[in-house]
Amino acid sequence: MAKVKGDIVIDIEKCKGCELCMDACPQDSLERSKQVNKKGYLYIVKVEDNCTGCTNCALVCPDGVITVYRQTAKNKEQIAKITNVTGDITVTVKE
Amino acid sequence: MNEKTMLDDQHYENMIAEESVCNAENLVYEKPSKVLYDTPMHYCPGCGHGVVHRLLAEVIEELGITSDIIGVAPVGCSVLAYNYLNIDMSEAAHGRASAVATGIKRVLPEKYVFSYQGDGDLAAIGTGETIHTCNRGENILILFINNGIYGMTGGQMAPTTLPNMKSTTSPFGRDVETMGSPLKITELVAQLPGTYYVTRQSVHKPVNVRKTKKAILKAFEYQKLKKGTCFIEVVSNCPSNWKMNPVESNKWLDENMLPFYPLGDIKVPDKNLQTDD
Ligand code: SF4
Ligand code: SF4
Ligand code: SF4
Repeated sequence: MAKVKGDIVIDIEKCKGCELCMDACPQDSLERSKQVNKKGYLYIVKVEDNCTGCTNCALVCPDGVITVYRQTAKNKEQIAKITNVTGDITVTVKE
Repeated sequence: MNEKTMLDDQHYENMIAEESVCNAENLVYEKPSKVLYDTPMHYCPGCGHGVVHRLLAEVIEELGITSDIIGVAPVGCSVLAYNYLNIDMSEAAHGRASAVATGIKRVLPEKYVFSYQGDGDLAAIGTGETIHTCNRGENILILFINNGIYGMTGGQMAPTTLPNMKSTTSPFGRDVETMGSPLKITELVAQLPGTYYVTRQSVHKPVNVRKTKKAILKAFEYQKLKKGTCFIEVVSNCPSNWKMNPVESNKWLDENMLPFYPLGDIKVPDKNLQTDD
């Protein structure tokens, strides 16, 4: 499991299936799909849940198909964790 | 708190629990849609032109100069560059983009002006215009995409074609004896007193994409300071005419183009002819 959690959104109709993003992804998160889009290209899909949001794929994509999100440290930060005596209810409070 | 809002809160919390990262707050990269139109580009899959267009759009958007910039499109694969960039653009006759850019810059000196040219356009048909524009030190940016071939017309040999590289007009490979050596026009213009910043970059790897963007950003900053011609060569690929798939073409570029066209700054403002990385 990657330390930083990221995610990408692929605009599949604009993808031309050049696979440069697949080649650039250090996590091997991307794979070519089994289907074609309207233009007839085998578009790219994200198959692994280990994306770190490094933006490599988006940087090399000639068609600007990929939008990248990365969980910021701020909203990951946990400011309190409350557990009741029996330990069966846990509430984590996030900022 | 009424029941409705409680439900909403519950819903929101479930969403957090699912840890959906795709929300505006977490956005780290998005295409520069203010400057780059949503139109699909006509370039072949994997062609470096798309990346350079995007970088240009990113820089223009970041500098906030959308209404203060004028581009000149060449003849070649990037002839339709004006269809993708939401800025003022002009088309030039084959090879004459830097001359047209000169005219525009002289009439409207307060605007940022750039020309976007391929290797056939800039280094063969427009050699004269290019050299003299650089020699006069026109205060523009020349963005030169070098893929070593005439892409649009079907892969004929260009001045930048590598020795022994096959093209439709050199089917047995470029023979340097009869066809001459590839023209390193970037090194050539770096010799001229008019150029201020001359660099060679590429877009085949994420790190190079970042460097190219920085170079474009710098060039516009120098242009603002009226320093002279900035010349950026981007070594790019042409999967269609190199007859390779895009991934192979980038690998080929790395192994064959880059030893001949080494990346790095060729002329930087302080130390001339310094080459880094
Ligand atoms: S952002 Fe990085 S890790 Fe995620 S899919 Fe793209 S290249 Fe792979
Ligand atoms: S780099 Fe872009 S166009 Fe090419 S396959 Fe990936 S998403 Fe599609
Ligand atoms: S012919 Fe070559 S340079 Fe032209 S769009 Fe296709 S890949 Fe790009």
